[in-house]
Amino acid sequence: MSLNELWFVLIAVLFTGFFFLEGFDFGVGMATRLLAKSDTDRRIMLNTIGPFWDANEVWLITAAGAMLAAFPHWYATMFSGYYLLFALVLLALIGRGVAFEFRSKLEAPRWRRIWDGAILIGSTAPPLLLGMALAGAAAGVPIGADMEMAAGWSDIVNVYTVLGGLTLTGLCLLHGLHFLALRTTGELRERSRRMALRWMPWQGALLAAFAVATWLSTDLFERRGLWLGLVLALGAAAYALAAYWNRGGREGLAFAMSGATIALGCVALFAGLFPRVMVSSLDAAYDLTIYNAASGSYTLTAMTIVAACLLPFVLGYQAWSYVVFHKRLRPGDHLEY
Amino acid sequence: MDVLDLARLQFATTTIFHFVFVPISIGLSLLVAIMETLYVTRKDEMYKRMAKFWGTFLIINFAVGIVTGILQEFQFGMNWSDFSRFVGDVFGAPLAIEALLAFFLESTFIGLWVFGWERLPKKVHLACMWLVAIGTMLSALWILAANSFMQRPVGYAIVDGRAQMTDLGALLTNGQLLWEFPHTLAAAIATGAFLVTGISAWKLLQLQRGKAHTDAHADKPLFVSSLRIGLVTALIASAAIAQFGHGQAQYLVDTQPMKMAASEGLWERSEDPAPWTIIAGIDPELQANAYELKVPYLLSFLSYSRFSGSVPGMKELQAEYETVYGPGDYIPPVRTTFWSFRIMVGCGSAMIVLGLYGVYLMLRRRLAEGNRRFLLLLVPAIALPFVANTAGWIMTEIGRQPWTVFGLLTTSDSVSPSVSAGEVWFTLLAFTGIYTILLGVQAYLFVRVARQGPAPEAPEAPAAIDPYESKGGDGLVAE
Repeated sequence: MSLNELWFVLIAVLFTGFFFLEGFDFGVGMATRLLAKSDTDRRIMLNTIGPFWDANEVWLITAAGAMLAAFPHWYATMFSGYYLLFALVLLALIGRGVAFEFRSKLEAPRWRRIWDGAILIGSTAPPLLLGMALAGAAAGVPIGADMEMAAGWSDIVNVYTVLGGLTLTGLCLLHGLHFLALRTTGELRERSRRMALRWMPWQGALLAAFAVATWLSTDLFERRGLWLGLVLALGAAAYALAAYWNRGGREGLAFAMSGATIALGCVALFAGLFPRVMVSSLDAAYDLTIYNAASGSYTLTAMTIVAACLLPFVLGYQAWSYVVFHKRLRPGDHLEY
Repeated sequence: MDVLDLARLQFATTTIFHFVFVPISIGLSLLVAIMETLYVTRKDEMYKRMAKFWGTFLIINFAVGIVTGILQEFQFGMNWSDFSRFVGDVFGAPLAIEALLAFFLESTFIGLWVFGWERLPKKVHLACMWLVAIGTMLSALWILAANSFMQRPVGYAIVDGRAQMTDLGALLTNGQLLWEFPHTLAAAIATGAFLVTGISAWKLLQLQRGKAHTDAHADKPLFVSSLRIGLVTALIASAAIAQFGHGQAQYLVDTQPMKMAASEGLWERSEDPAPWTIIAGIDPELQANAYELKVPYLLSFLSYSRFSGSVPGMKELQAEYETVYGPGDYIPPVRTTFWSFRIMVGCGSAMIVLGLYGVYLMLRRRLAEGNRRFLLLLVPAIALPFVANTAGWIMTEIGRQPWTVFGLLTTSDSVSPSVSAGEVWFTLLAFTGIYTILLGVQAYLFVRVARQGPAPEAPEAPAAIDPYESKGGDGLVAE
């Protein structure tokens, strides 16, 4: 495997990790509006993700940093091309991050309502917008010979990208509901489970529609039909198992399976793209690939060594933090948020 | 305003805002780690309450620091895509390492610290805060390594019109970084220290005036002790700022003489020995100063640590740069560079004086009693490090103009070509708006937390009643 391929895989892993991990705390953020019946409910829900959301978000920051270091042109084209989209992602993430910290510091209901709004919007908008950006990069955006992307409104917002955004957002919601079922007790746990089960057919329809749309709107299936078929079959199996285990009260396994569905979706996207990172709708010659968008081999080698040394520790202590807070939150537990 | 102006204004605004929060995180996490260490070693509950109290400020601030930091990272791609294309190879590596090495560390262990008080053994919990403190410092190291490359590019080669990294070690041993990092780190620690001394002084004044409620008097030892820790830290950090700043200035004379000349308002080569200008009426049109107030010998000492030697002026350097880099204007905005330098040095000097006097009072054991004036002074002194930090960054970044990467890439060649002025207007207004709100809310919460004081000694009683039961909910519990 060449260094360019290795870094493509690493960045794919970082995005997959981000959507798997932050995916559930986005979902919990959305569920605060749908599921909570009282302020205590809401606080318990927020406290389930309290120790984690911040480190989960770092997966995105690391993915973007790795893009800049390994594929500067990918980073430059994507962030300047999707300018307003990323501006909205930033506003949403800013509002949500501080809202977690601020909302419970004051008792006033109005104060809490404002920050609850920020949590809801801040948890819904990022997966929607990032889903749109990734779907767009796969379907093709107008990238010219100078590697600049001159996207019009309809290149960014169209049926396919919106469908991609909605599919990802819905998956995050499902994943978040499973996480809540895993970390709460009593009525809240039951409600989370039931809502996840009720949502699954709709989400299944979204997934199927997006798969068909991907077949129609992109060349991903043409290029890697066999691969994609295999990944999608695995994804469908994971999805079915999630429903099965949720019904059986095995929330941990259900959570793992909704996570696997997200992860397999990411794998399908990146496998279909490879070796491209962004597809040009103007001319295949203008596609950004892991070769024409990449840094020099020295940077890639140095970064490989650094990543190989650091990643095991990062994964280790982050996993440990999940072990420390593995217990279910009960009403009456001390609530930090 | 065109895209370039707007993008520059946005970078200045968002970076200045971001650097309000960052030094608080760096400084406070170190101080909280020290306080918790005292708790663990001396087994005195007071230090636990102290660590928790100041930790509340830290975690309110931490969230804001992180979310404003994400914006910083995305901004290079959004507004400065040509910069990213040109130096991403070199500049991206420290950013990615910062995320991998520092951000994961900080964010994971702050979560463990905040939520782990009752779940983790004391020493493990303490280790979490130390890891947070180390994480914030590592983060500073790597982002300043990236910034130092922009001040003095090293460890690269130009291949096909782009900078490619040839030596990661050179980035870390960049002479610029070896001064910039300790200077900035000391400034951040001083920022945290003055915040702690200021708030402690305010609380002690309240107690003296009898304004606080009666049981708050039990907190007096906590605040006296916080004040002591804060003052000693403030003095050490402020002295270190001056020492490393001195080294940084001398390094500038070598590597970025234009920035040095601009920050001195020096149009012509100085006399030998060079005097230091306290104030001057700078006229960039005439390239001369209307008036000057000078201290003899001082600039020679600042530049070379001896009382002789002249310093080159801007006109001479402009001519020199034209022969090296081709025609162009290589003089940065002189007024801004000159005055921001003076504001920084002025605030820094005031910080040293306050630290010295405070520690003197401490040694004479007259700190808490009867020194109302000094305590009163410490409250507005909270602002000093923020003003100095901001002025310092303005001097560093404005003084480097017209370059983003000194000698390699100009600011006007760095901006995104595909972004429109309307788009940058939108983000400028939106980000400035949301940052202003954040700053306001954080200040409000800080005052509130300070007013409430430390949490009472006894752990809060767990709620005896299940909230679902009390509401007669419709779920399992009611059945």
